[in-house]
Parts: sequence; structure tokens; C-alpha cells
Amino acid sequence: MTVKRKKLILVGNGMAGVRAIEHLLKLAPEAYEITIFGTEPYPNYNRIMLSSVLAGGASLDEIVINDLEWYRSFNITLYTGHTVTSINTAARTVNTDKGVTAAYDELILATGSNPFMLPIPGTEKEGVIAFRDIKDTQIMQDVSQKYNKAIVIGGGLLGLEAARGLLHLGMDVSVVHIHEYIMERQLDETASRMLRGELEAQGMKFLLKKQSEAILGKKRVKGLLFADGEMAEADLIVMAVGIKPNVELARSSGIEVNRGIVVNDYMETSLPGIYAVGECAEHRGIAYGLVAPLYEQGAVLAKRLAGAPTEGYAGSVTSTKLKVSGVDVFSAGQYIEQPGTKALRFQDETEGIYKKLVIQDDKLIGAVLFGDTNDGAQLFSMIKKGENIKGREKELLLGLPADALASPKGNRLEGMPDDEIICGCNGVTKGTIAEAITAGGCTSVGQIKACTKASASCGGCKPLVEGLLQLYAGEAAVTVKEGICGCTTLGRDEIVAEIKRMKLTTVKEVMHVLSWSNEEGCPKCRPSLNYYLGMLWPEEYVDENESRYTNERYHANIQKDGTYSVVPRIYGGVTSPAELIKIAEVAVKYDVPLVKFTGGQRLDLLGVKKEDLPKMWEELDMPSGHAYGKTLRTVKTCVGSTFCRFGTQDALGMGIRLEKAFERLNAPGKVKLAVSGCPRNCAEATIKDFGVVAIDGGWELHVGGNGGVHVRATDLLCVVKTDDEVLEWASAFLQYYREQAGWNERTAQWIERVGLDSIKQALESPEERAALVERIQKTLSLTTDPWKQIVNTPELRKNFEAISLPETV
Amino acid sequence: MTKLLIGNLNEVDIKGSRKLRVGDTEIALFRLSSGEVLAVENRCPHKGGLLSEGMVCGSKVHCPLHDWRIELHTGEVQAPDTGHVTTYEVEVDHATGSLYLTI
Ligand SMILES: Cc1cc2nc3c(=O)[nH]c(=O)nc-3n(C[C@H](O)[C@H](O)[C@H](O)COP(=O)(O)OP(=O)(O)OC[C@H]3O[C@@H](n4cnc5c(N)ncnc54)[C@H](O)[C@@H]3O)c2cc1C
Ligand code: SF4
Ligand code: FES
Repeated sequence: MTVKRKKLILVGNGMAGVRAIEHLLKLAPEAYEITIFGTEPYPNYNRIMLSSVLAGGASLDEIVINDLEWYRSFNITLYTGHTVTSINTAARTVNTDKGVTAAYDELILATGSNPFMLPIPGTEKEGVIAFRDIKDTQIMQDVSQKYNKAIVIGGGLLGLEAARGLLHLGMDVSVVHIHEYIMERQLDETASRMLRGELEAQGMKFLLKKQSEAILGKKRVKGLLFADGEMAEADLIVMAVGIKPNVELARSSGIEVNRGIVVNDYMETSLPGIYAVGECAEHRGIAYGLVAPLYEQGAVLAKRLAGAPTEGYAGSVTSTKLKVSGVDVFSAGQYIEQPGTKALRFQDETEGIYKKLVIQDDKLIGAVLFGDTNDGAQLFSMIKKGENIKGREKELLLGLPADALASPKGNRLEGMPDDEIICGCNGVTKGTIAEAITAGGCTSVGQIKACTKASASCGGCKPLVEGLLQLYAGEAAVTVKEGICGCTTLGRDEIVAEIKRMKLTTVKEVMHVLSWSNEEGCPKCRPSLNYYLGMLWPEEYVDENESRYTNERYHANIQKDGTYSVVPRIYGGVTSPAELIKIAEVAVKYDVPLVKFTGGQRLDLLGVKKEDLPKMWEELDMPSGHAYGKTLRTVKTCVGSTFCRFGTQDALGMGIRLEKAFERLNAPGKVKLAVSGCPRNCAEATIKDFGVVAIDGGWELHVGGNGGVHVRATDLLCVVKTDDEVLEWASAFLQYYREQAGWNERTAQWIERVGLDSIKQALESPEERAALVERIQKTLSLTTDPWKQIVNTPELRKNFEAISLPETV
Repeated sequence: MTKLLIGNLNEVDIKGSRKLRVGDTEIALFRLSSGEVLAVENRCPHKGGLLSEGMVCGSKVHCPLHDWRIELHTGEVQAPDTGHVTTYEVEVDHATGSLYLTI
């Protein structure tokens, strides 16, 4: 005799419900005759992966969890495209909008949640959607083919994932968020700020602290109006401001509903035989919006339905991971410190890493990880287990074994073999340095440098050298106050202050008055003094050619074989056939062995004999590209709106304008600019000293980037509307850099040393900016083209020629 | 040994340099701020950098390629590097400014 199977109905063909069914089928495959109703016209799919579909990481087919064959194989009756409209709890039947009625013995409600739409006028307009299901995803894909501008309202997890996807689809995306910082429900302010920086670097824009007031447009959306009266244009608005449990069906059926459908620890609702799981359910006051808790609930429910013994569901600790390419964010548990909790933080903005652990009563209760989320899973499991972590806190924070931390820095050095290279530039081994200290008697880094050359070039190994000094010299080690070079103990700021105070006007005078130890200085201090004096007294000071590096002295780059290279200026990378012919002719005439495009969009004629330089310059009759100096190098551009289909502004025009404005500027280090015509940023403006990225109706100004030895992405300085403002801010920024930075200090190092905020503050007031602009203009007005000057001055030109063949006496 | 008239003092800037070729040898000529004129072979013992392109500080020239320091009076490379460059005698006729090089 076959036992009559009980009838089980699932309302909601989503992630939680079907998961419970899968589980049940494993525990008791024969127990039920199952019917599933779902509003969506698809089999069960992985909703989480919609973000990846949008961002290009998966196709729609790939995200199906259970295909139709699966339903068939378990004899499940599936009604897709059916919405259950009522439950007759007395007769134990459900009815759908398509007229189907089905009977149940047990009923599971897994109706998920509905996206929350802001109660503002215009949400019904075409082009206003949520991000919830396949349909929404398809609309976004379609819209991106025809339109350009998207706004995502909501800077939470979902909003950012939608925005990232839209960016991938080539749209210009702004995220509108009501709070001051994004993902405030998962991240603390620091992590949020770092996240925003990353996303901005990917091209996302943010409109923070903005309250949306109305959606504009006739039939189709045209823009978004904010409470402060401002407006932003949009062809598509995605609302991702939250979800609310979908409880209508339950409520109208007389089931107890609070925020969600109220369930006990066994997922039972207030009515017998009716259960709820997933986002629609409220357990101990919480309606979860993530998958993990829903799976735990599903497991409990499946056991209950299968008649297997089970402990009840006790609630979940949740963790969050942002699924956005290139950004690793993790947060779990109670991640904001509160009274009674302690926090440990690690923050390394050079590497873009931030970690925070929140601890209460020696237990880990929350964590935020940014940039390096490898330890996320481990930390999360500790939070869930409530393990005692006393004594291991730092180890967990830094992800290092405890003994590595307990030992002082010296130990690693101690264990290092003698032949290991400490200074890579000069090939100095640990043994050599050790000997310089123990046998050579060196007691300071400076002495070690003088004696072995370790740390004499790029200086990157200096911390190691210091470590070795501590290790071998111990007490005897002296930290000599280091000035700008070995000739003085004075630092940059002291020197500049003294020059100003005593109005010193020549390099020689400075060295004399400030008691330089080397009478004529060295190749480090001489060029820096030359720079400071020129910066401080642009009108009076006469530049000292002999205190400049070879490249700057001869206005060409010296190559390893003693030849030089010629790089004429090509404003914004834009040239003409006539100019190209001229360059080619000169190159042919002087037998230039190599012609190459430089990294900054210009032509480099390499391998030129020094004697030929002035002649070539004369024949080129083009300005110097200053490819050799601590000065404005290039302004790299993309084609921008002139030709590019994405371009929103004239990147070429802006690049040329900037290059003409700052050409020949002397600066503490070389200065590179770039202008991109849209946030796709083809000119790579975010690794330049000053990067300009066009956005619709304005420009983003980025500063402090570097693509060289230490790659650094820019920080956003500000956003401006007009071309003139770009010039104004660029001028102010560059002049402030000229006045504040140490010689040979690139903007990237400078900003890391003084902090972006101090620079923002200094440039904040229009008056201060105007004063800076005036000073830079004064300086620029006094410059001349060095090539022309040399060509026309025999006294300077002679230095390029060899002394003519001597006659015998 | 030959003595050559190689030109006039005013052809070399103070703290500057010129180069000249005698047979197969290229020579760098320096005029120090002290007034002395010194000549050395125009080749750094390290990797052949042209010393005439370097910066002159006192009586030392810094090679433009990797900053080795060479004392122009003696041709000695300064510590921590080691090596030697050939030096040549230069005479200045202060009445006329003529420069004579002995090679
Ligand atoms: C884009 C996106 C990204 C996400 N990323 C993550 C993530 O990274 N991590 C994470 O944990 N969670 C994520 N989530 C949340 C996660 O997808 C949900 O928590 C989960 O899908 C909820 O499962 P559910 O079964 O409760 O609801 P759903 O999966 O929403 O299923 C409910 C189903 O019921 C149907 N339905 C509703 N009412 C009826 C009715 N009366 N009759 C018939 N059918 C009905 C609905 O159409 C829907 O298909 C994401 C969600 C989205 C939208
Ligand atoms: S950055 Fe410039 S080239 Fe690149 S897509 Fe935008 S406008 Fe076009
Ligand atoms: S070639 Fe002169 S220092 Fe290297």
C-alpha cells in the first residue's frame, strides 16, 4: 500500500523557497507532492549573480540554479508567470491570477521582498526601475545601448553593484546617496571613504547628502530634482534604496504580519501548516536581506517538514561582501564601535588597505576589511563562534603569526643571509653594510651611504639600512639630523625661511651665510637652492645654469653613450602633417638613429650628437618639449568630444590650453598633466600630477598621481564647471606645490607627506587661489624658450661644440 | 710630449666645461671658480660617462651618469668608488688668456 503523499505548495520560486525544497528532497524525497508558483517567467535563478550579469561576468543562462528539467525530475509541478493572489486557509487552497486553484496540506510562503520605491513624483515614468530581477537587468542592458546617463539612487551594496554594472555597460553613472558616506550600513567612515576613492577611480560619480525630490521628464525620465533645488540629468534612474518584505498575500490571508511575516524558530507562521522563509519572513524581529540566513532558515524548515529532529533557527550573524571588480570590501557583525567595545585598526593608504576589528569581552564581534579581504572568512567564522581571542588580537588584525610580531624588526634582518642584497640600485649586500658598521666604524646612515653607497640612489632601502645600523651598532648608532644633503644640516623649510628672512639672492650667498660644509655644495643642494631662489624671487633671481643637472643645462636628455635626445613640444599631443614632415626631415638630415613616441605623446629623436643639438633646434623651429626638466612635461590627452563617441568635453582643446599655460614652468619635480574627455579616462589622467577628467557639464580635477617607481592614483581635488575654473585650480594647485614642496619631491610624495586635506584647505578660498594664480602668472610671464635662446646666443651655443682642433706650438 | 695651443680662457665658463679631441683621446677641460683650468680624459672609469657633461663642485666633477666623483687635480675617483682618470697639464697665459695643453 502506498502512503498518500501530502501536498506541499511553495509560493515564490526564488532563492529561499527552492533551497528549502532542495533540502527537503534530500531528506524525504517521497514525502510530498510539490507544487511551486512563481510570478517570474523563469525557473529558479541566482539573484545575487544579477550584479555579475550586469558587470559582464556571467550570462543570464549561467545564473539558473535549477532548470526546468530539475523540476520535472522531481515531479514538481511548476507554474511560472503565476502570482498567488489569495489563500483560503479554511479550505487549504491557493488561487492564482491566472485562475489556477491548488490544494495544500502544508504551505510555504517565500515571496521575497519588493524593492522600495521612493515616494516621490515621477517614479512611474519610463526609465525608472529597481534592481531586483532579470527584467530589470535586461532593461539596463537595453537602455545602455541607446542612452548615456544613468543615476542610481542609493549608495548601498545594491546601488553600488548596479552602478558598477552600468559603468561596465558604458554609461555615465552617478550615485545619489542621502548620507554623507556610502555603504554606511556595512562600513565605517574610513572604509567608506576609501571605497569611494576606488570607485571614483573607476569612473563612478557621487552626489552625496542629496535628497531626491522628483523625477523629471514627460513620458520618459529626463532628470532628477533634489531638495536643494539642484538637478541632475538622467536617461535611466535605478532605485536601490532598500527592500521591504513582500507580505501582502500573507496579510490578506489573516497571517500575523509585522514588518515581515512573523515566524517562530521553526519558520511557522501564526496559522497551522503555513510557513515562511526568506526575505518575506521576520524572525525575532529581524527580516534578513541576504542569502546566508535564508539558507539556514530553509534548512530548519526542511527538517521540520521531513519530520527530522532539529534545533530551531536562532538567527544569523551576517557578513557582507561587495561584488564589484577591483574593489575588495568585507564587513561582518557589529562593525561600529560602541561603549564597551574596543577596536583595533590598521590603515595603509599607500596600499589602499584598511582593517578594523571590533572586540567585546575578548571576543571578536565585528570586522571591516578593505583592500585585503583574504581573512574575511576566517574572521567571520570567529565572530559566529564567539571564540575568545585574547592575546591574538594583533595577529588577527595583521594576518601574521604571533611570533613574527613579538620579535623586534631586527630579527628578520638578523636571520638574513650575508649575501642578500639590501640596496638593489647599487648592489650592496647585507654583509658589506655589516662590515662597514663593525669594521668600518660607520655610526650613521649617512656614513654607511658614503662608505658603501647603500641607499644612495633611490633611497628605498633606507629603512633596512637603519635596521642594520641598529642591529650592529646598537647604542653607538647616531641619528644625525639630515638636511637636504650632506653639505648642511638644515632642512628645506629652514632654508627657505632663511632665504626669505635674510633676502639671500644667490646660491653662493646661501651656502656662505648658512655655513655649508662643502664650499661649493653638491649636485643635490645646488639645484635645489637654484630652484628655491628662482621660486622665491622670480623677478630678481638669475638662474644659475651651472647649478643645474646635465639634462637641464643642455636642454636635452643625456643618454648612456653620451648622446642626447631631442623632443620638440607637441601641444596636447596634436600635431600636423607639416610639422611631422619638418621633424622627419631634420631626423633624416642629422642621421637620427632612433625615432620614438614618448610616453607622453610626443616624438623623441634619440642618439643625437651634442654638437648637432642647436642646429637641429634651429631647423625644427619648434619650442622645447622640456622632456628633460623639473618642469611641465606633457599634457596627455584623449580625443575627447572632437571625435570620440563617448567624449563629453573637448579634451584636446583643454589639454592644449593647459600645456600652453604652463609650458616652461619650473617646479620642484617634473609635472605631468592629462585630460580625458569622459570618465573612461583614456588619457589615464588619474596617474598624473594633475589630471582632468571631463564629466557632463564639468570637469573633475585629480591631483597627486604618479605612474613612475611608486605608482599612485590621484586624489580628487574638486569638481568644477567651466574651462576657466580648470585653469584657475590648476594654476593655484601648481603654484602651491611650487611653494610648498621640497625640491625633487613629486606631487605624489608631497601629498602623501602633507595630506590632501591641507592642500584642499589652502586652495579653498577664492582669494587665496587668486593670489596663487597671480604669482604663477608672474613667474610664467618671465620664462623664455631655452632652445631659441641658445640658438640665438653664441655665448651659450659654444658650450655645445668641441673646441676646434688645436694647432701645435 | 706636445704642447698645444687650444684656445682662450673665455671659451670656458666658470664652473663650466668644454671638450676637445686630440688624436684618439677626448679631453674634458674645466674652469674652476678658483680660476684654475684643469684637464682630464673625458671618460668616467665607471661606465664611460662623459665627465665634461657633469656638474663641477669645487675641484671635483660629478659624473652625469651615476654620480661618481672625480678630483680634477689628481684624477682620483672619490670613495666609496675607486678608480683613476688621466689628467693633463694646462697652462694659462694670463696676459693673453691663451690656454696650452700638454699631452
Ligand atoms: C542584484 C542583487 C544582488 C544581490 N547580492 C547579494 C549578495 O551578494 N549576497 C547576498 O547574500 N544576497 C544578495 N542579494 C539578496 C538575495 O538575492 C536575496 O536575499 C534572496 O534572493 C532572497 O531570497 P527569497 O527567496 O527570500 O526571495 P526572492 O529570491 O526574491 O524570491 C521571491 C520570489 O517570489 C516571487 N513571488 C513573490 N510574490 C509571489 C506571489 N504572490 N506568487 C508567486 N510568486 C511570488 C517573486 O517573483 C520572486 O521570484 C542580492 C539581491 C539582488 C537583487
Ligand atoms: S576618455 Fe576620451 S577617448 Fe576615452 S572614451 Fe572618453 S572621450 Fe573617448
Ligand atoms: S659612468 Fe660615471 S658614474 Fe657611472
